[in-house]
Formats: sequence, structure tokens, C-alpha cells
Amino acid sequence: MPLFWLRFALVLYGVGLVYAMLSLWGARQALSRVALPLVGLGVTFHFVALVENAMLSRTWAPSSMHELESLLSFLLMVFFFAIYARYKATAPGLAVFPLVVLMTASAAFTGNAAEPPLPLFVSVQWIYIHVALIFIGYSAVLFNFVASILYIVEERALKTKAVGGIWSRLPALATIDEIGYKSLVWGFPFMTLGLIAGSVLAEARFGSRYFLDPKIVLSILMWVVYTVLLYTRWSGGWRGRRAAYLATFAFVAAIVAWAANNFSQMHRFIAP
Amino acid sequence: MTFHLIGVNHNTAPLEVRERLAVSEAQLADAVRLLVEQPGVDEGMVLSTCNRVEVLASTRQAADLRAYLQAYFRVNTDSLNSHIYEFQESAAVRHVFRVASSLDSMVVGEPQILGQVKEAYAIARSLGAINSSLEALLSRAFAVAKRVRTETAIGSSSVSVASVAVNLAQKIFGSLKNKTIYLVGAGKMAELAARQFLARGAGTILISNRTWERAVDLAETLGGRAIAFDELYQAAEQADIILTSTGSAEPVFRKEHAEVLSNRRRGRPVFFIDIAVPRNVASEVNRLEGMFVYDIDDLQSVASNNTAERQKEAERAEKIVELEVERFALRIKSLEVVPTILSLQEYCETIRQAEIDRIRGRLGTITPEQEAAIDAMTRGIINKLLHTPITTLKSAAAEPEASTIQEMIRRIFNLKGNTNSGKPEG
Repeated sequence: MPLFWLRFALVLYGVGLVYAMLSLWGARQALSRVALPLVGLGVTFHFVALVENAMLSRTWAPSSMHELESLLSFLLMVFFFAIYARYKATAPGLAVFPLVVLMTASAAFTGNAAEPPLPLFVSVQWIYIHVALIFIGYSAVLFNFVASILYIVEERALKTKAVGGIWSRLPALATIDEIGYKSLVWGFPFMTLGLIAGSVLAEARFGSRYFLDPKIVLSILMWVVYTVLLYTRWSGGWRGRRAAYLATFAFVAAIVAWAANNFSQMHRFIAP
Repeated sequence: MTFHLIGVNHNTAPLEVRERLAVSEAQLADAVRLLVEQPGVDEGMVLSTCNRVEVLASTRQAADLRAYLQAYFRVNTDSLNSHIYEFQESAAVRHVFRVASSLDSMVVGEPQILGQVKEAYAIARSLGAINSSLEALLSRAFAVAKRVRTETAIGSSSVSVASVAVNLAQKIFGSLKNKTIYLVGAGKMAELAARQFLARGAGTILISNRTWERAVDLAETLGGRAIAFDELYQAAEQADIILTSTGSAEPVFRKEHAEVLSNRRRGRPVFFIDIAVPRNVASEVNRLEGMFVYDIDDLQSVASNNTAERQKEAERAEKIVELEVERFALRIKSLEVVPTILSLQEYCETIRQAEIDRIRGRLGTITPEQEAAIDAMTRGIINKLLHTPITTLKSAAAEPEASTIQEMIRRIFNLKGNTNSGKPEG
């Protein structure tokens, strides 16, 4: 049943994706009146799927890669709607919807196998909190990245005086800037607390050798980049190209840290 | 019932003629009252803006709206004939739709006209001059205008230099609230643009000018602050938008100024609007991060691009209007057969009642069940008999032969009254 809801959510996200693509070709507001509520409905079903899945497996701890993908894409959608509620900006959807559709599809169509549950060394609630916090941080990094790309694109359009056409549908430059900055500010405490929670867990399980694991080194590197990014925005008012380079770096670091599960001896989403 | 419209607009009549025909807001009620007193006029409204004066009526029989113009404005309509346009039936419907959708406006797509039509409608309505048919027409016109606005981008781009500048500023800064505008040079153009910025909620205005008195004067009228030319570069640090229009032969803002400016502002964007010729802002400034420079040519080319864009959107809007005119005509025609259907049903019901009354005497006492059965049976027969003629009427309503079929049915059943619709639509 959770997979059923998830697939249903996937179809609705697909509507959002099509809408996002059409809006580039000049689709009108009429479409957004239908598409966005549908995507919102998708988020609701996605939530149902997550809860039901947790209830069925009798644990809150995500036990497979696919469940993690599902959780992350859910958080990304929540982030998207939070930004939409505040700025009425749908442009980030251009980058977020494809990613969400991909991850949800992966979770919805390949995640059915009864994978062995995570070996429960430590309190499962703590694992879940760790994962959720970090994922909110990941979402913030992604949205910051998307915003800085949009910033560069729009800045270029304004400078080359190519203000008509599809770029005229982007939100104002200041709005994009604020979305990026606010994403960072809001994401930072989550990312930090998530890493702390993870460290506490690992310390309890493995002791200090855990901190030499590639996954952990990369995660800390990502956090440092994140902090630098936040600092330059906050103190130096970095915008445009320089901010975008850093944002790209932070985003790549986040992806590498995520992918590092495959090299890590200790940090595995799935039990070996 | 037919629609009838007469009027002048900016295309057909010069300003002097429109002035003579303009109806002030205070006189509008009288104008409408006189209109509905005209022989043949059932419902009416009058629209008067600076670009058009139009009289719209729903008429039972041919009405002479030119006579009304003559009576109300006390002008000789012969002298106006070359300026006046007159539309009937679906041509009038089309015109009302086009006006409300701002397709007939001087600046196509400008948003005020819809509000003006709504106002004229509200006044006529409050006087009881609008009933079902104009109500149907106007509410459809508002819906069409809304459709045009949401489905085309007709009103989304600005076509004057000043409004292009304001829109660009909004594209950069989002809201203009709390933004500071610095006028370097206080000419007429700068003042006009500043007023546009103020109208969109700009916060502070700073003004510098070669003649100090002019700067002080303008600062007073705009509620801004005058800045001496020596303090130009310090003051510029506070400004988000800098509008230059001095007669200086050399650029006032060069790359080195802009670099300092950018540092002092910690990277916050600056929008230079340079309407001076020769230019007051060096073109390298545009290459610096966060600095946006638009000179008069840039603004003009955006404006003319937008004009072309609007033209394209207007063509799409015309198609929507055409579709809606057809749809509206269908609806009106399908309403025309309603009286015939009603009197046909009434006629049969009278016969049925009479027959039941007649047979009741002969049947003696019958149970309520039997009575109900008789009632149901006779009703059933009539409904079945009428089913085909009624559906034929309804489906023929849109066809040209509607009035012929209607007339035939009326004659066959000897129905009283006429077909209500008057003459068939041509």
C-alpha cells in the first residue's frame, strides 16, 4: 500500500514536472492554478506513504536506499512549497521537480524488495532524527544552488538587455537572491545539528576511529564549505558569479558526501 | 431584442470631436436616463473616456441612436457622420468584447479600460437601465476580458520608456518599497520618470542638478532631498536606482566610480538609467557585477520589442474574442426558442386538463390511485409527443432556419403571441 500512494504521488509530481517545462514555453497562469494544487496533493500522498511505510516496518528508521530517496524527495517538495508560500516563486521547480520525480520513481518502482532491516545498534529514533536533519540541510544546499544558477542566468539576461521571452517569467533578481540566502540560513542549523547527531551516534558505536571514515571526512568538508558560503553571503554580500561558484562547490560536496556511502566501511544506509 | 452600438473613438474622431461628445461623470446618469426613454430602446448604457464615447442599447425594434446623440449633445450628427461608427447584432457584441479586452484601446492592452467599462455598467445598472440582455452581454464581456488577460500576455509588457525603466527596476529589486532613487540632472524627463517610480511605491528621492535652485524646487514638489554636486559620489552610495540626465559631455559615472560604489554597497545591485545624450554612464560599468546600465537606446529597444510582442498577443486575443462572439450568439439564439417551447407546453397542458375534467364526470367515483394513474398516463402521452418537437427546436436554435421552424410550430399548434426574437439575425 505505501508504494501505491507513492506511485500516486509520483504521477502528480509528473504533472508538476510537465507544468514546469511548459511554463518555460509560455504556459499561462491558468495551468498553475491546476498544476500546483495537484502537486500539493502529491506531497500529501507522499506523506501518507512515508507514515504507512514506517508503521508497516514498525520502525521509524529508514531501512533502505529507496526509503531515503523517498524521504529526501518529500523534504524537497516541502521546501519548494515553503518557498512558494513565501515568495510565490515557482522557478526553483524547474530544477527540483526533475530531481524529485527521478528519486520518487526510483523509490516507487524499485523499492519493493523486502530488504533486510538496519541492524539496530543504537536508538532508531536517533538515526531517523540524524537523517531527517541532514536531509533538510541537503535540501537547503540544493535550493541555494538552484537559486544561484537562476541568479546568474537572470543577471546575464538583464545585462545583455534580453529582457523579453522566457526569462521575463523568472522572479525578480532580489527575490532569487533572497531565496538562496534564506535557504542557507534556514538550512544551516539543521545541517549542523544533523552532523552532531550523527557524530554522537557514531561515537557511541565505533568510538573515535569513525572520524577517519571517508564519508565523515567528506561530510565535514561539505559542512565547512557550507559555513564559508554562509559567511561570505552574510558578511561580504557575495552575489552572482562568486556566490554561484561556492554554491556549486557546496552542492557537489553534498552529492559526494551522499555518494560516499559506497566507500564507507561504517556508514551504510543498508546493512551489509 | 437586438444589440445596437454607436460611438466615436480615438481612431475615428480627433480630440476636438471627442471633447464635444464627452459626458462627464456627473452627467452620465442623465445621459443614460434619456437613452432609455428613446423609442425602441429597452436597455442602455453610456461609456465615456478620454479616448471614446459609446452608446450601447438593447432594442426591441429599430431605434435611432443618432437621433439620441443629436438630442443629448445638441450637435448636428451630419457633421459627425464621418467620425461615428455604428454596429448591430454580433458586430456590436464583438465591439463590446474588444473594448472590454482593451483591443480597441489606443495603447492596446492597457488595463484601465476594463475598469471604466465596469463603472459605466454599474452606473447604468443602478439606474435600472440594464436588464437581462445587456446584463448577459456585459457579464460575458468581463469574462472575455479576463480570459484575454490570463491567456495572452497582452498587458504584461510596458511600451513607454519610463514604464520600461520602472519594470526593469522591479525585475532587479522586486518591490520598490524602501528603494532610493537618485536623479542626477533634474530635467522634465527625469521628473516624469521619478513620478512613475513614486507611483510604484519608491521610498526616497535624491536630486542633484547643475542649477541648485531647480534641484531644490523639484525636491520640494516630489518630497525628496536636494544634494549638492560635490557630494554626488557619496550620495550615490545610498541609491539603488540612479537616473542620469545631465548635459555633461564626459561620463559622470566611470568604471572607477562604479567599482568604489560596488564596494561601499557591499555588492548590492545598482540600476543606472541613463537617459542623457551623450551618455552619463560609461558603458564598461555594465560589465561590473551587480551594476545594470540601461541607456536611452536600450530602453527604447525594449519598449519597441514589447510593442511588437503586444501586437502578436493582440492577434491571439482577437481569435479568443471571435470565438466568444460566436459562442455568445449561440447562447442568445438558444434563448430565443424558449418562449415557443413554453407556450407549446402550456397549450398541451391546457388541453390535457380540459380532457381530464371532461372524463372525470363520466367515470363517477374513482380511487385516488386511479386518478393518479390517469394523470400520469396523460402526462406521459403529452411528454412523449412533445419530446421531438422540443428537441428539434432546441437543436435548431443555432441554425439559420430556427425562425422558420419556430414559425411553423406556432402555426401548426396555433400558438398565440409572436416569436419574441423579432427579425432573424442576418
